[in-house]
Amino acid sequence: MSNTLSPVPALQVADLRKTYATGVEALKGISLTVQAGDFYALLGPNGAGKSTLIGIISSLVNPSEGDVRVFGHSVRTERGLAMQQIGLVPQEINFNLFETPLDICVNQAGFYGIERKTALVRAEKYLKELALWDKAHAVTRTLSGGMKRRLMIARAMMNEPKLLILDEPTAGVDIEIRRSMWKFIEGINAAGTTVILTTHYLEEAEQLCRNITIIDHGRVIENTSMKNLLSKLDVETFVFDLAHPIDGLPTVDEVKLTRIDSHTIEAEMSRAHDLNSVFAALSAHSITVNSMRNKANRLEELFVRLVEGRMSDNGNTNKEAA
Amino acid sequence: MNAQANLIALGTIARREVMRILRIWSQTLLPPAITMTLYFIIFGSLIGSRIGEMAPGISYIEYIAPGLIMMAVIQNAYGNITSSFFGAKFQRFIEEMLVSPMPSWTILAGYVTGAVLRGFMVGVIVLLISLFFTKIHLYHPLVTLSTFLLAAVIFALLGFVNSIYARKFDDIAIIPTFVLTPLTYLGGVFYNVAQLPSPWKEISHLNPILYMVNTFRYGLLGVSDIDLTWAYVVMLAFVVVLAAYCLSLLHRGVGLRT
Repeated sequence: MSNTLSPVPALQVADLRKTYATGVEALKGISLTVQAGDFYALLGPNGAGKSTLIGIISSLVNPSEGDVRVFGHSVRTERGLAMQQIGLVPQEINFNLFETPLDICVNQAGFYGIERKTALVRAEKYLKELALWDKAHAVTRTLSGGMKRRLMIARAMMNEPKLLILDEPTAGVDIEIRRSMWKFIEGINAAGTTVILTTHYLEEAEQLCRNITIIDHGRVIENTSMKNLLSKLDVETFVFDLAHPIDGLPTVDEVKLTRIDSHTIEAEMSRAHDLNSVFAALSAHSITVNSMRNKANRLEELFVRLVEGRMSDNGNTNKEAA
Repeated sequence: MNAQANLIALGTIARREVMRILRIWSQTLLPPAITMTLYFIIFGSLIGSRIGEMAPGISYIEYIAPGLIMMAVIQNAYGNITSSFFGAKFQRFIEEMLVSPMPSWTILAGYVTGAVLRGFMVGVIVLLISLFFTKIHLYHPLVTLSTFLLAAVIFALLGFVNSIYARKFDDIAIIPTFVLTPLTYLGGVFYNVAQLPSPWKEISHLNPILYMVNTFRYGLLGVSDIDLTWAYVVMLAFVVVLAAYCLSLLHRGVGLRT
């Protein structure tokens, strides 16, 4: 397991570029650093270049230019040492569907040169921690989608990596299993493993990650701490569920009220603005509020703004990356 | 990775290959047993009994038995690596190995070992079947074993090249059907190439399977249609060139890394 005080960054990406044979320029000079022990979010819309970046880090994709260092080891010149540090949970299911979870985990350890005896102990440990031990001898194609996702995490843990990369690990997984996976990954991170997470569930990134990079069209458009990023959001939207149907809306200074349907309205306002004036206006119009909630996940709102901002800047002309 | 770790990794691939062969034995071990039994019945017993001796004291069925064993070894070594490696590529679990610190040569050696082991299993099955039809003398065990190994390795490496370039299952079926089977039939399994007229006799010497079949036949029967030293030179040259080519493909990530 890694040590959070390590002076060497877990990951250094320097001016990384990738142009596929088709001419698609997936990465246009990405640079970022992930410190050891961090829980790091790598976000971006579909086709932004996230999977290409992860592919290069894990040596599945050859870079066109630039370099990646994993705990100081270059993926180009010290591939073996760099890969020794990494555990990868890919986006797509990529294990042999005719093998058992136990075999898959033990074989994975074998590929890292770990003795079978040690591998069996580790496989039992991680399959138990991910609630898969009772399926250890089942053929994997009979497992549910959530079990297959957890199996990929167990497999990635077999070499007890210092850097765990999770590419949309909870895609298509129900909320209960998702939460149990978060708990497991948080535990792994707390024990010292650096975690890089890509996800489309931005709530997940907001809750788990301390630092974040957003990439779009092969470029970094934001690279900061989660706290800093969220502090940039100066507008919030609240949803009011009403007791009785309404036809019209009152007017409130510096608040944009929108009628969604006869029983629902939205209020968009500055974070500095208080809600009292809204409630006062609603009361004055005999509108009774049954309940109220924050409309969107804050990170989601920022993400959409950042990406939409770039799309309008670029005229949305770039090709989609693989 | 140090030498011990590499050995563990190589053993893991080989073990996984053997488990696959045994798991799907009805596709890997049974078909060659049935096919070769039919060859022995039809070509050996029924037709062979009318042909007479191929060499002094050697009946037709004795003459074709080494060739049939070698044919099974070649086809199964090739078939094992194409189906297994391409299957791993197609289902993407080849990535399990590609993201590991294993060097290219370990991956290649692991898959070749798996193919050689299947060739060995099938070879032993066909050998046992042949004993029901004829007697087999082990004239020269070292030649028999070395030829089996070299032939299995050569066709495992060729299968590896095929599966590296293959993009769909059709691509791994084309070579065995249109190249491997004709070369095997024309490789002196069923006849003595020395009996062929020119230029077919000379053209036959360009077929690498001819050298394997005849060297293997020498190992079992003590008779060969070609020079043994030249046969070893040809087989070793194939091993070296093909292994270097496979490693170069793996190193560059052809067909595996984008």
